[in-house]
Amino acid sequence: MCLAIPGKIVELLPGTPHLATVEVAGVRRKVDLGLLQDDLPASGDWVLIHVGFAMSKISEQDALDQMNTLRILGEDEQAMQEVRGYGLENLDGKQPS
Amino acid sequence: MKTGVMGNTDRTNMRFVDEFRDPEVITKTAEEIRRLAEPSRHYRIMEVCGGHTHAIYRFGLKDILPSNVELIHGPGCPVCVLPMGRIDDGLALAQQPDVIFAAFGDMMRVPGTQGSPLEHKARGMDVRIVYSPSDALKLAKANPDKHVMFFAIGFETTAPSSALTLIRAKAEGIRNFSLFCNHVTIIPAIRAILDSPDMRLDAFVGPGHVSTVIGCRPYEWVAKDEGKPIVVSGFEPLDILQAIVMLLRQVKAGEAKVENQYKRVVPWEGNRAALRAMAEVFQLRPYFEWRGLGFISQSALRIGDGYAEWDSERRFSVPGVRVTDPKAAQCGEVLKGVLKPAQCKLFGGECTPEHPVGALMVSSEGSCAAYYNYEHRKAMAASLAWPA
Amino acid sequence: MAGLKNDAAAASAPAKVRFRDPQIEMAHGAGGIASRRLVEGLFAPLLFGSSHGPLGDSAALQIAGTRLAITTDCFVVKPLNFPGGSIGELAINGTVNDLAVSGARPESIVATFVLEAGLPTPVLEAEVRAMAEAARRAGVTVAGGDTKVVEHGQADRMYITTTGVGSFLPAVNVNPRSLRPGDKVLLSGPIGDHGITILLARGELDLEADLRSDTRSVFPLVEAIAREAGPGIRWMRDPTRGGVATSLNELARDCGLSIHLNEDAIPVRDSVRGACELLGLDPLHIANEGQFLAVVAPECAEMALNALCQTDGGGEAVMVGEVHEQPAGSVLITTEYGGSRIIDMLVGDPLPRIC
Repeated sequence: MCLAIPGKIVELLPGTPHLATVEVAGVRRKVDLGLLQDDLPASGDWVLIHVGFAMSKISEQDALDQMNTLRILGEDEQAMQEVRGYGLENLDGKQPS
Repeated sequence: MKTGVMGNTDRTNMRFVDEFRDPEVITKTAEEIRRLAEPSRHYRIMEVCGGHTHAIYRFGLKDILPSNVELIHGPGCPVCVLPMGRIDDGLALAQQPDVIFAAFGDMMRVPGTQGSPLEHKARGMDVRIVYSPSDALKLAKANPDKHVMFFAIGFETTAPSSALTLIRAKAEGIRNFSLFCNHVTIIPAIRAILDSPDMRLDAFVGPGHVSTVIGCRPYEWVAKDEGKPIVVSGFEPLDILQAIVMLLRQVKAGEAKVENQYKRVVPWEGNRAALRAMAEVFQLRPYFEWRGLGFISQSALRIGDGYAEWDSERRFSVPGVRVTDPKAAQCGEVLKGVLKPAQCKLFGGECTPEHPVGALMVSSEGSCAAYYNYEHRKAMAASLAWPA
Repeated sequence: MAGLKNDAAAASAPAKVRFRDPQIEMAHGAGGIASRRLVEGLFAPLLFGSSHGPLGDSAALQIAGTRLAITTDCFVVKPLNFPGGSIGELAINGTVNDLAVSGARPESIVATFVLEAGLPTPVLEAEVRAMAEAARRAGVTVAGGDTKVVEHGQADRMYITTTGVGSFLPAVNVNPRSLRPGDKVLLSGPIGDHGITILLARGELDLEADLRSDTRSVFPLVEAIAREAGPGIRWMRDPTRGGVATSLNELARDCGLSIHLNEDAIPVRDSVRGACELLGLDPLHIANEGQFLAVVAPECAEMALNALCQTDGGGEAVMVGEVHEQPAGSVLITTEYGGSRIIDMLVGDPLPRIC
């Protein structure tokens, strides 16, 4: 139930309004867009493919946001550790004399 | 022609996949999990979906989690929970002359009492592997003098594709095609887990692809009524690890809510067009037998009257024989996470992927098969003091 | 089928058949666990005598003072023709490669054709031409052959069986039992091209990709590493049906050690990877027809790898792993971030999945 792969729409097939050619790392297959009929994707969009049907559009923005969130994971903690490592008694930037 | 490598993210070319396999970020996220997991606590997190079980083993995620964060495998494997009797029924239908039995590859080695679909093929049955139900429909169009019976399995991820295929079959007037419907629904399975008296779980990793269809609302009762955090998760290593971070944060804060980790693909409200297609074609069965879990009410789909002509069970007569598993097979307890695969008496001896006795060994994403294929020899070697 | 290194021809005790399956299934021909069970449980005890060594790609025969390598194989492929080759080329290259990875120079091949009545002559002619060309490229002679015709509906149009003979290269003595912890595993190039090309060429999955079979003779590459590292080569194999996973698992079981692979080092073409991700397949289980694995002593590994990279066709060769003690008899693959899993042989052919 779970194997679904991101693919890029490279061609909407004329004459068959619900079919498109989707490409995954150079492999192409016709995919049915019928489950996305309320908001049909366009050529160049990325979709999630499961058993030859597009299940969802992939949001580039959400993907970027996710990676950004993960990349700064623990950075607050790291920053705090660095500051503690300087032996500062308070955190208002004043150096101990 | 570009060549990459199997694992390395810098040199391969799969967008929306490789970013989430970045080794540096994975290491960092694992560190965050170690930071969040209190050493005095033992966290039991269940991943509901078989696809997550498979991903956890494939990416070796257990190796980088702290030992007090335990992943328990849930019942979300649609092949595993299919009773043997239903496989016999499907194969019986296909025994009729001029019938082509079409199914996903996952079904091909699943044994019925008289053998698996592949074994039936060896004895002369016309059995075809298809990647999509629409390919099965194409087969019907290409073979007008035969009847193509598509053995449909899967949770709500796959049911809309089956539905849409029948909608297309009806619209195009293709009559030599029918669906043998074994679609099941995920919420009753989660309920069965939580209702089990032996169950001790802290949180759930929710099924990412089912949720592209049903959205996140259907899990609200898990948080509100049962008090368990649930995070809907994607299937790449960073998705699963981030979901665990989110769950641990909830546990730490004493919270229980539904969160969506898989935002790039899962809409909170689900996919309305997919749900409409399902509503048009399918109805809920009053009850359905789940292998290892027994009869569960309102847990499976059947084809509604509007599409009766494309329902294999109404086009043909189905034997409907119940086949019970051997008593020694402890699939139910492993399914509910009460027992680990290696704790079942038959594991690795009578029951192996090559000759599976019970449900969880027949599919590569079943907990027992996944553990057997990817893990148990590591565990055995570790117990022999294998040097790191 | 796998041959064996066998010095004793006569069996002393009555042979015991351990193969219990009631009938032959497709899985028994797929090169995985079921195949091995059939060979070890039925063919070996009845044909090879009770004291045979590990089963290899070729057998060594001692005849009138001369040591020869001999191998046999059977080629069954649908469709007959596919991007990058056809059954005729597979027949020659496959046999040549079995000899090469046994450490022998391929010399000559004889072939038998089982033809289905109704096979159009141009199809047969094209295959025979392909074989002649492949033999010429590989530097082997075709010394003879036989033909049988069977009724329409049998033989899937054409089956080809071959027997090849070769002369052993001096200083090369491959034996799985010579492996030691610390030995290095080399791979000659990207994996999965052939199997995925065939899968796509069958047309059942409706996938298209710009992909070709990798069928070729690997002898020039074997010769190159034999020159540089001859005595340091412990074992070689061409990972055909069942893929790299099967070859290395057989090795691990034969030598009782463990093979550790580095996932990030294994070369896979993008479209092979794309097809595998789409279908839920693992490139390590997919057949190759133009690559080989070599386990070499650590002190020769760099030299052997350089020799490969500098030979025509070896430019993508890479070191992919190492021999360890544990987990004994298994193959372990590890990612850059430290996740690991056991990779096993499959029961039969890899099947696409949706879960």
